[in-house]
Amino acid sequence: MDAFTKLTGIAAPLPMANVDTDKIIPARFLKTIARTGLGKSLFANLRYKEDGSENPDFVLNQEPYRQAEILIAHENFGCGSSREHAPWALLDFGIRCVIAPDFADIFHNNSFKNGILPVRLPRAVCDQLMEDAKLGANARLTVDLERQVVVRPNGEEIPFEIDPLRRHLLLNGLDDIGQTLQQAPAIDGFEAKQRAAQPWLYR
Amino acid sequence: MSATKPRTLFDKIWDAHVVETLPDGTALLYIDRHLVHEVTSPQAFEGLRMAKRPVRRLDGTMAVVDHNIATDASRFTGIEDPESRLQVETLERNVAEFNVPYIPLADARQGIVHIIGPEQGLSLPGMTIVCGDSHTSTHGAMGALAFGIGTSEVEHVLATQTLLQKRAKNMRVTVEGPLPAGCTAKDIVLAIIGKIGTAGGNGHVIEYAGSTIRALDMAGRFSICNMSIEAGARAGMIAPDETTFEYVKGRPFAPKGEYFDRAVEWWKTLPTDEGAVFDKEVFLDAAEIVPMVSWGTSPEDVLPITGVVPNPEEAADEARRAQLRRMVEYMGLTPGQKLTELPVDVVFIGSCTNSRIEDIRAAAAIAKGRKVAEGVRAMVVPGSGLVKLQAEQEGLDAVFKEAGFEWREAGCSMCLGMNPDKLKPGQRCASTSNRNFEGRQGPGGRTHLCSPAMAAAAAITGKLTDVREIA
Repeated sequence: MDAFTKLTGIAAPLPMANVDTDKIIPARFLKTIARTGLGKSLFANLRYKEDGSENPDFVLNQEPYRQAEILIAHENFGCGSSREHAPWALLDFGIRCVIAPDFADIFHNNSFKNGILPVRLPRAVCDQLMEDAKLGANARLTVDLERQVVVRPNGEEIPFEIDPLRRHLLLNGLDDIGQTLQQAPAIDGFEAKQRAAQPWLYR
Repeated sequence: MSATKPRTLFDKIWDAHVVETLPDGTALLYIDRHLVHEVTSPQAFEGLRMAKRPVRRLDGTMAVVDHNIATDASRFTGIEDPESRLQVETLERNVAEFNVPYIPLADARQGIVHIIGPEQGLSLPGMTIVCGDSHTSTHGAMGALAFGIGTSEVEHVLATQTLLQKRAKNMRVTVEGPLPAGCTAKDIVLAIIGKIGTAGGNGHVIEYAGSTIRALDMAGRFSICNMSIEAGARAGMIAPDETTFEYVKGRPFAPKGEYFDRAVEWWKTLPTDEGAVFDKEVFLDAAEIVPMVSWGTSPEDVLPITGVVPNPEEAADEARRAQLRRMVEYMGLTPGQKLTELPVDVVFIGSCTNSRIEDIRAAAAIAKGRKVAEGVRAMVVPGSGLVKLQAEQEGLDAVFKEAGFEWREAGCSMCLGMNPDKLKPGQRCASTSNRNFEGRQGPGGRTHLCSPAMAAAAAITGKLTDVREIA
């Protein structure tokens, strides 16, 4: 996983609430056995017309948002399925950060595991950033994870909260399986106790 | 923690599974049961292979195919779609390489992962259960802590049998009173989601309680916990009781004999203690519940079947007005239109929400002696091979075929548009599944969520129908 430290880039405005995982990546594109290559299917039902051509009204089909690295949205982003294909598709397109008033829990988790930073900010602040984003290439946002601030094009700094462990893993691009396996003796101990108390759980 | 502090059902199961607590409060949580399917596991096995890591608890893991497969006879001659076939073959290769127990397509026990977990006794009260699928919340109906995970977490559980988790908050939804005629567990959960919204349970685990919930059979309890995720909660739970124990007894993977008695003894200690505090409480009077149907493209956009299509211009703010306008347009509706005037093209009875034998019986009771309306395609997809067999022993397949319904093989089918069962653009469907998102059942498809009886009634009349007028 790539580390996330500080990102300056174009932010795409997506003023929608409840952007669900079927919107982010429809189920028919989940038939892959790889993590990459899903960027072209990101938001497929909104991004392409029925004949497969691009829908010019959709933000990611417009310049400069084809190069967007940040997405600004409304409440409950990522609701629906547990598919990690949603962050994979965002990542493959080039999005490394989503800013919204809140996120669905599983999507929120999945993002961190893939080096995508979900930033929770109040709706009023998201609306301001949405206005900034509408200025396109003239309005790059900076997301600084080290200092935990979003920097607006006018230089204003907006602080955000983040779980310290997740921040640490993201800043260092760490794989948490390796970390957990260091606790193997504790897991062995738990299993020994559980096996004695509830032997039917073991075969 | 003090032993005297009253705890919730969630607290008790959580506490019993904490291996270690990290300095920042994150828990290393032990996972008892891991269910695996073909869509969210290939990249996880690939990760194990690259890191040369084995699966830690083969006896805690079970794999099955459900999402990609066809539900007609073509499945026995090989999967046509090359990508679907690759995904299924990849799972088969992975379970062989890692020695993971597997229920193959040709096995009578094959079915939707959330149907077969409880059916086989793989899911038990008091367990932590995960699967790379958000509807894992279903298994919470047994009095377990069950939630969906992403593929990175699937890999984490395969390698370590644990997950790093932050403790969720406690929420209780209490429903009291007898359920009115024509209403089912599906109507209860749609009413709950309509009330609290699709983000109402975010960050929480929901415990469903109250006399209405207690009176439900296991099938109804599964339907309710299944849709917890549609209310934003990763997990839903119902305290285990005699109904639960009776259901578990004798299942293939359930404890037997003395072990069963010991297990029940522990399970009886799990229900929430009197005086336990919930971070959020919601109350519903069952008397107010009517047969429900969704009209929009989010599960919170539900109405009594007696309702009319809302007028977007009457919404409080512009963002909501814009959202509603889009829904009305996508769904091909007119504000003020009666829901019972909406003609359906397709009826889908199935999915991990409503494909158990009780659901099939409820639909058959409506279908019996009647005919599917002309021009309507109606399909019944049992949740597992065993549900299908049971229904056939009861003669329900004949009831459906006689009425003009398709009687199909077990699988996820038309719930999610990634196998051959899909809606065509513009088609309107009365569906017993769980999500009415845009394009969920196929690009351009229009989904109306409802109970099995309501779906069967729609098949008969050819439009959304108040089941109370037909039953």
